[in-house]
Amino acid sequence: MDLTQFRLKTETDRHNGRPRVGRVIFTLLVAVLLSLFLLFVTIPVASLFLRIAPEAFIRSLTEPVVLDALSLSLVTATISTVIVVIFGTPLALANARYDYPGRDIVDTLTDLPIVLPPAVAGIALLMAFGRRGVVGQYLDLFGIHIAFTTVAVILAQVFVASPFYIRQAKASFEAVDRLYEDAARTLGASPWTVAFRVTIPLAWGGLISGAILSFARALGEFGATIMFAGNLQGRTQTMPLAIYTTMQGDLDAAISLAIILVVISFAVIATVKVVTRRKF
Amino acid sequence: MFSIHAARQLRDFALDVAFSVEQGETLVLIGENGAGKSTVLNLISGILAPDRGELILGERTLFSSEKGINISTERRNIGHLFQSYALFPHMTVAENVAFGLRCRKISKPEIAASVAEHLGAMRLAELADVNVGRLSGGQRQRVALARALVLEPELLLLDEPLAAVDMRAKSAMRKELRVQIANAGIPCIVVTHTLQDVRELADRICLIEGGRIAADGAPEEVLGMRENGFIASFVEG
Repeated sequence: MDLTQFRLKTETDRHNGRPRVGRVIFTLLVAVLLSLFLLFVTIPVASLFLRIAPEAFIRSLTEPVVLDALSLSLVTATISTVIVVIFGTPLALANARYDYPGRDIVDTLTDLPIVLPPAVAGIALLMAFGRRGVVGQYLDLFGIHIAFTTVAVILAQVFVASPFYIRQAKASFEAVDRLYEDAARTLGASPWTVAFRVTIPLAWGGLISGAILSFARALGEFGATIMFAGNLQGRTQTMPLAIYTTMQGDLDAAISLAIILVVISFAVIATVKVVTRRKF
Repeated sequence: MFSIHAARQLRDFALDVAFSVEQGETLVLIGENGAGKSTVLNLISGILAPDRGELILGERTLFSSEKGINISTERRNIGHLFQSYALFPHMTVAENVAFGLRCRKISKPEIAASVAEHLGAMRLAELADVNVGRLSGGQRQRVALARALVLEPELLLLDEPLAAVDMRAKSAMRKELRVQIANAGIPCIVVTHTLQDVRELADRICLIEGGRIAADGAPEEVLGMRENGFIASFVEG
């Protein structure tokens, strides 16, 4: 079919009204797929809210197992986010700005926890820092035990959550035009001043959203924690672990914890959207 | 007095230039796009390092491949205006101008006084607390100039200083720039594409072709070299 024939055909199609039918079918198909998927995501989340009475929700908020899990989760996820930011920011800046031998290897290694199944991360951490672990056996000599403590909870969270911050931070640093750094240097700024007064402020939105994503991932950490830190209420039983544990007896407590996590997740998404929208 | 002799292998050709600029003299660099004019400015301010050569500013050796000297950019005390001005978008006008002073050990009242004085001289006083994103091309140019001159540099580098200024303001801005450079009384190197800039600002011209200096002399002398293809089209526009 050459171009003239094609034109003729579309002409006739238009007269027959056929392209309009095709477009209607296409629109309907997209609408149906979209609604089915939205329902698939929203129905389970909404079910959490529908399956518990408000009084029961408020009552379970006073239960020790819920309160312990909530405070432990918030404290550990905050500490691990701070650790990730302290170690991850210089790493991300270096990898965004300097080419050095082995940079690709460093990039791959920092990304590894994203693709690693959490159960693998858990057993790997245990093999490293467990009492008879590769590092743990020497720590044991000094009476330092990490596995099955709150420290293990934090290590597991840092391990799985760090790539979320580092990737985002690196991308944000790469997006900062080098010209600003060059200009700052001609004005007398040391590398330190350039980083703190120019590069980091210009990448700020990305750094914050990376830290928030990392915090959210730490808050939801389950697999690595239960294997490496155990499931002791008040010490290593974070919210996801408490949901898993209480589900077998006190369903209300499990649902209440789940609702809190849903609310935090929504807050995280909303905050990231707002923060990343701010551009210079 | 500033003198440079620098060679650096670029992607397409080898840059190799030598010239000097007297105190209070304005040297204008002209040449095709990609001839290496902006690269020369980057070599001088230290953003790039020459493969070999020597840069001397007043009594100081900024770079010498022979003696193994390479003073870092932040210690050269050279004012470098970029073509896009590179004003810090997360700061106000006053914060931009204060930036370099804050990098030095200067007391806050002194910084404030110095910034106020330079903003006043550049007719920017009422814009002090405005974010630089809201400025016009001409205003940006003046902020960038104030940001550099407030540090009392020993050498001023201007890369296409009027390229981002709107047509109507250009001629007035050019005259103003001429006065600012004269007041600074330091060697000044300007990169430009426009004949008016050359006529208004140049005490001397260097023509750069393929990374080398093809001509160096008084404006009328260099602009008279009509046998050169670039000069012919440059003068006739």
